[in-house]
Amino acid sequence: MAKFREESSKELPPVSTASLPDIVFMLLFFFMVSTSIKEVELKVAIKAPQATEIKKLEKKSLVSNIYVGEPKKQFVKNMGTEPRIQLNDQFAEISDIGSYIEEERSKISEAERPFMTISLKVDEKTKMGIVTDLKQQLRRVSALKINYSTRKMVKEE
Amino acid sequence: MAKKTPEIPSASMADIAFMLLIFFLVTTTMDTDSGISRMLPPPVPPDQKNDDDVKIKERNVFVVLINKNDQLMVEGQQLQISELKEKAKEFIENPLDEATLPEKEATEIPFFGTTMVSKQVISLQNDRGTSYSMYIQAQNELAAAYNELRDEISLRKFGKKFDNLDTDRQEAVKDVYPQRISEAEPKNYGGTN
Repeated sequence: MAKFREESSKELPPVSTASLPDIVFMLLFFFMVSTSIKEVELKVAIKAPQATEIKKLEKKSLVSNIYVGEPKKQFVKNMGTEPRIQLNDQFAEISDIGSYIEEERSKISEAERPFMTISLKVDEKTKMGIVTDLKQQLRRVSALKINYSTRKMVKEE
Repeated sequence: MAKKTPEIPSASMADIAFMLLIFFLVTTTMDTDSGISRMLPPPVPPDQKNDDDVKIKERNVFVVLINKNDQLMVEGQQLQISELKEKAKEFIENPLDEATLPEKEATEIPFFGTTMVSKQVISLQNDRGTSYSMYIQAQNELAAAYNELRDEISLRKFGKKFDNLDTDRQEAVKDVYPQRISEAEPKNYGGTN
């Protein structure tokens, strides 16, 4: 009779806490992963060019992104097919760059401002004209640290 | 009062947690920002007219032009993109001290002592019609030229690749082969666009 202990016990069995660490870790990981990414809905199609000599960008908080590429299908009707600039969540003109940089700069603490980096995410089919204009605008507002976003080259040429 | 509540089986909890974790890990593409870093030249004050063009001697400048058809012209001759790296390396290093290649200046550098440092500048100029991918390829090849030279001298001097050196030594190697890629003021090459 001793084998059927369940029948004799009247109290509630305690909820097992053995998996609690796992749950907590899972949540932790989830938040770590999801919060570090600044979700910007891309409105332009960007296929970054490939390169071999790439460096990783450190300190994401110091990086501001500028996207250049052809508008995605659903925006073609309004924006045409010519490459456009996207800042934050919307299409922008070349003249908006200055104020965008100022705005981004004001988000960074003063000590770190010299290290602010502009990441240019430009589609590989874009012509240099728009990129050159962009660079001139960046120079005007003294945002000189730039980074041409590229993909790692898959195979050697 | 309930006599007994069946215990929730918790043995599979960990598995479920891991499964979810792996799901999130796989689906969220960690968009690691990587690319080619460059410094733009500071803005030119309006009263100053292209002074720095005059200061640099012609032999010290390695001119890379890309026209709107993505053709490359290096130091006056047409070149394929695959040849650019070797050409640039030869220019930066100037191993035979040729008169057409950049001058060198004796400089005191930690770990290396007095070293002849070349006064080279690479000037990359493009047309407005140049494709971005071509431009990046050129930037990449030029960066590769510097990186290979730095790797070579690091291996010779310290027996390690440049990336594996500590910061001080990296700085020293950078002083030996300073990366000077100038992205010139926009001009039009290869006709109008």
